[in-house]
Amino acid sequence: MTDDKQALKNFKRDVRAWVEEHVPADPGFLLPLSFLEVGTEQQLDFLRAWQHKVWSAGFLGMHWPSEYGGQGADPAYQAIVDRELQRVKAPILFNTIGLNWVGPLLLDIGSEEAKSKYVKGILSGGEIWCQGFSEPDHGSDLGSVQTRAVRDGDDYIINGSKIWTTLGNFADHMILLARTNTQTERKYDGLSFFLAPMKVAGIDAHPIRKVTGEYGFNQVFFTDARIPAETLMLEEGKGWSVAMKTLEYERGVNAGQASGHWMVAIDIDDAVGELRQYTRDGEPLLNDPVTRDEAVKLIMEAKAVGLSRSRMRIEHLTNDYPMGLPLSSKYRWTEYSRRMKLFTAAMQGGHSALYVGDADAYQGGFWQRAYFSNFGATIGGGTTEVQANIIAEHVLGLPK
Amino acid sequence: MTSVMGDLSINLTEEQGMLLDVARGFVADKAPIEAVRAQLETVTGFDETVWQDMVALGWTGIALPESAGGAAMGVGSVVPVIESLGSGLLGTPLISTTLAGQLLVRAGGPQGGSEGGATLDALLSRIAGGEIATVALLDNGDWGATNTALALTDNGTLQGRKMMVPDAGIASIYVVVCHLGNAPALAVVERASLAESAITENTLIDLTKRSANVDFTGVKPLATLTGSQVVSALRDFGLLGALLVSAEATGSTARCLNVIVDYLKTRKQFGKLIGSYQALKHPTVDIYCGMEDARSFVYHAATLVGDEPLSVDAEVACRMAKAQATEVLTFAGDRSVQFHGGIGFTWDCDSTLFIRRAQWTRQAFSDAGHHRKHLGQLLLDS
Repeated sequence: MTDDKQALKNFKRDVRAWVEEHVPADPGFLLPLSFLEVGTEQQLDFLRAWQHKVWSAGFLGMHWPSEYGGQGADPAYQAIVDRELQRVKAPILFNTIGLNWVGPLLLDIGSEEAKSKYVKGILSGGEIWCQGFSEPDHGSDLGSVQTRAVRDGDDYIINGSKIWTTLGNFADHMILLARTNTQTERKYDGLSFFLAPMKVAGIDAHPIRKVTGEYGFNQVFFTDARIPAETLMLEEGKGWSVAMKTLEYERGVNAGQASGHWMVAIDIDDAVGELRQYTRDGEPLLNDPVTRDEAVKLIMEAKAVGLSRSRMRIEHLTNDYPMGLPLSSKYRWTEYSRRMKLFTAAMQGGHSALYVGDADAYQGGFWQRAYFSNFGATIGGGTTEVQANIIAEHVLGLPK
Repeated sequence: MTSVMGDLSINLTEEQGMLLDVARGFVADKAPIEAVRAQLETVTGFDETVWQDMVALGWTGIALPESAGGAAMGVGSVVPVIESLGSGLLGTPLISTTLAGQLLVRAGGPQGGSEGGATLDALLSRIAGGEIATVALLDNGDWGATNTALALTDNGTLQGRKMMVPDAGIASIYVVVCHLGNAPALAVVERASLAESAITENTLIDLTKRSANVDFTGVKPLATLTGSQVVSALRDFGLLGALLVSAEATGSTARCLNVIVDYLKTRKQFGKLIGSYQALKHPTVDIYCGMEDARSFVYHAATLVGDEPLSVDAEVACRMAKAQATEVLTFAGDRSVQFHGGIGFTWDCDSTLFIRRAQWTRQAFSDAGHHRKHLGQLLLDS
């Protein structure tokens, strides 16, 4: 065994011990399954303390530069931490938009000043980030956003509205895509990208209740809100390219995320373990050939997702479609995940109709909630249907 | 409880990568679609000079032992070659020949019983040298059957027939799955000992493939293999067959995808390229993703299959490969015909080659549902 391998193995042992000692006990209230569902102050305080604890222990953003709160370590170390946190279904590292999109973006193309100002707060959980891309009338069609940013002295004045803004009611900052020019030939060229402060006059976040019954999304209204001109990234008109880069981080095409632990991992073993407990006609459900066949199909999908990660590293087995596996990864696993959760919930017989709060719901309604919650993954960050277009156009070369 | 995910490794050795490059170049060079079409209605279904080129490249000996003139690279190393041949829809007997060699090697190893003169190495040397070999397995269409009516009788001759023996019309060595008393056995039969009338060619949907029913009654085998290793070898043979057919199907799916994409990028209707319509675009994406999944399973299985009896992880991998590759090629061929509209319905449209190939692939070494049934036992009953 090489020194590196030995070091990783020792590290894994240390992390596992730390996680087992420090992972918080059930707080007695519902914790979010993902960063999309942080709805109450109680949840926020709990998750903020937890993220700070993980970061303080040196287990968050390990591969980020040390001058910005990381440790300059190999990404393999963070991957080990993420796996250990997922293994025990630890509470999520909630500041995901900062940790996984804004942080990598700033480290990639941000100014020195922006890096110094923002990155550490992202890791510590001290400063919460949200994303202002989608609008009520422009979700998947991001290039058409209409929120206006008009230069006025040292400020921009913002007017308009953003929606589906995760953490918007708690956030300190927003990555904001706004229109600085309405006269450009291409709609994309009129867009600019801001690292906008949220705690200023004229910005109001209104929480939106979701199908799960929980909160987490907001609609954010801008009414003559003034933000400093220095929060503009790059220059006016470059917003589209910065937004696209951000989406590459969001969709996992680029590496550099501070942590992969942004949702409670619900995997195929959880589903199979659950299915083993159900009965049909008084017999184990998993004796039923139709159910077995469906379960095997889902196991195959889960395994294919795992295998594609192994294969991605092999140039010879990906050179026909070099970007194919990364660009199709969200499409595959979010849809697989949705079907897997629906199937597990649906196999509960009468119990399948019970929800969180009912004393007879299996696992407190966990699977029903997980299924509904999963729409955040198949819709957010580009819907499944838009992902299919991206694969068709950018991997297969089909026309728009 | 152990995870149903099991092993997730995929490795490709440098030599396997080189084989992939060479095989892709070979197919591009030797198997333009016109060359494939030229063989559709010939008796043998393949070009002898192409076969000899493949032999010269050493492909018939990749997985055979060095003592037989092989490269001893393991059967996983045949996968990149077969995948490439699949992308060319090239009808050659390499799968049959490779599998016959594997069955002999696995059944006739150190503890295997062999009688009848010809040593195993001599047989394997002939296979490595390019003689076409095949396995006569099926009594009927049930790939799951573990018994056979074909008997090795007391007087040392065979009694019975087999169906759909791949490449039977062109093979010179047959490995016949039979029974000796209550135990399974293998009988090696030379083409020369078969009467011409013993072979009845099948009418196959896939015109790039050939198979025949063969009556072995009265034939005295060149050699027989018996013993417990035969049972294990037959199990591995079935799984490796599933793997190689999956590799071939994955190559064919990738090529079919190219045919679809090319058409969607050039054909216009209602003033627009038809590839801009999501009703065509999105199923095409599903073909692509399904092909990538099949490819992951195939190379995962290739990573796990060694010379020793196959592990449970390897069995799971081979079965998943077949379950996936079969379904995605069927879907791709089906959609390719449909997306080509009226022209897709005609004999001359290349889409038809893929939908035909899919009908062979689906049944060879059993279909997706049957593999999933066994996967259920492996994954859910443990």
